[in-house]
Amino acid sequence: MIDYEKVLSSKVKEIKPSGIRRFFDIANEMEHVISLSIGEPDFKTPWHVREEGIRTLEKGKTWYSPNRGFAALREEICRYFNRRFGVEYDPNTETLVTVGGSEAIDICIRCLINPGDEVLIPQPSFVCYEPLAEMADGVPVLIETKAENSFRLTAEELESYITPKSKLLILPYPNNPTGAVMRRSDLEAIAEVVKKHNLMVLSDEIYGELTYGNESHVTFSSIEGMRGRTVVISGFSKSYAMTGWRLGYALGPAPILDQMTKLHQFAIMSAPTTAQYAAIEALKNGDSDIENMKKQYDMRRRLVVGSFQKMGLDCFEPHGAFYCFPCIKSTGMTSEEFCMGLINAKHVAVVPGNAFGQCGEGYIRVSYSYSLNHLGEALNRIEEYLNEIKK
Amino acid sequence: MDELLKLLSSNSKFTTEELSMILDEPKDYLDKQIAEYESQGLIKGYQAIVDWDKVEDSGVLAMIEIKVTPEKDKGFDDIAAKIMSFDEVESLYLMAGDYDFAAYVTGKTMQDVAMFVSRRLSTIESVLSTSTHFLLKKYKESGIDFYEDDSEEDKRSLVL
Repeated sequence: MIDYEKVLSSKVKEIKPSGIRRFFDIANEMEHVISLSIGEPDFKTPWHVREEGIRTLEKGKTWYSPNRGFAALREEICRYFNRRFGVEYDPNTETLVTVGGSEAIDICIRCLINPGDEVLIPQPSFVCYEPLAEMADGVPVLIETKAENSFRLTAEELESYITPKSKLLILPYPNNPTGAVMRRSDLEAIAEVVKKHNLMVLSDEIYGELTYGNESHVTFSSIEGMRGRTVVISGFSKSYAMTGWRLGYALGPAPILDQMTKLHQFAIMSAPTTAQYAAIEALKNGDSDIENMKKQYDMRRRLVVGSFQKMGLDCFEPHGAFYCFPCIKSTGMTSEEFCMGLINAKHVAVVPGNAFGQCGEGYIRVSYSYSLNHLGEALNRIEEYLNEIKK
Repeated sequence: MDELLKLLSSNSKFTTEELSMILDEPKDYLDKQIAEYESQGLIKGYQAIVDWDKVEDSGVLAMIEIKVTPEKDKGFDDIAAKIMSFDEVESLYLMAGDYDFAAYVTGKTMQDVAMFVSRRLSTIESVLSTSTHFLLKKYKESGIDFYEDDSEEDKRSLVL
């Protein structure tokens, strides 16, 4: 008998599994569940993009790509990024195509962290940063962001967590799960702290295109002095509804990207070839797809936020991604109690806020990546549930 | 296209309160706008889209191509008025192309429809010829997918 407990790396064993798994297992087993819990677009990849994937498959273009990704794709990424966000990158030395934004996050952290270096992680946020920092022998430092600041990271909060070991700041905005965005002035204040304490920044801007209202997304690398300190990570999943194609990219200073490319080359070889061809088409001819999807999300966003406010739940207005994060503290329940109760009583699945960090306790994450009709039905059921538990 | 009309044509059961949130417009304004669309005839009515195949004894539907000789001075409109006056004719369109009218005709059985065409439609003076096509299967109507029962099912996996 092999004792696998002894075989497995102690580091990986120490990593806590995502707490949300148990909840998803329950939701998966139950029939006729209306879910508001999925974190990916409900749209299908635009047809012209799928067609390009099909065309290249038919032509037999099924080999590896260069490690960094096809030159044509890297050129299009740089052209797109400059067009949309106003920062120039060199496609040959400052760009890497990865397997989703997730791979880029992993290798970026591994390339920047020495044992004991502190990784500053604002929460609530996506679940991957903490375990990936631990696997890189870094020390995660969790920064609670607050509802009263619209879940933005403030310079004061950041400053209060700085130690001589602070090395890397994660900037996960627009934010999953809160929908918070950082405006230019917020980022400028953060940049001062970054400069003062000589930090590096991983700016996870995967939801950048999904920013609503009059102000558009500001990339952290466009803030004065930040280009050389920042690795911007983004991808095709959210903006072009291409989650299953698994394609992301990193943009940043050449010496960092060189090392990231080395790891990527050894661990991954190259990102999926078909996906890369499709992505070139998306970048060349997909700006209007983004606008259309964004318009749909924005209508849904207003319906969901308006409905929660009408129900009497505190819900700050999210300006990014496709989530809202209403506060359920007024019910006297914990996030998990609320979510379990809601799924059992009304068969509606939403995600407990504490899945995204302890400071998410008292909140629920509601995805509005669903049709208006679906959202309307789910919101009615949530309202019924709230009325029933009030009694 | 007008967003309000688009939303209502996708689901006429949206309340003005919901529409007000979705479109970020005051409820009063939307109430007024909808009333105006109704009075102007832009909105002709609100109907349920029924999957009749699932209803027992729902009958058959046929598309009839009709070729006619337009009447002097009156063109096609007078002939159309005659054809559409039959209850069996559900919809009627003037077409460009090989034939003049497309009429959607319902009946209890194929025989019923065939009799209607031969006895009532073909006998109209200006009608030169007809060609009857029975609908076998409905894949999509009014933007709604009828093809698979699970077409609306969310196939996304639960991942965080």
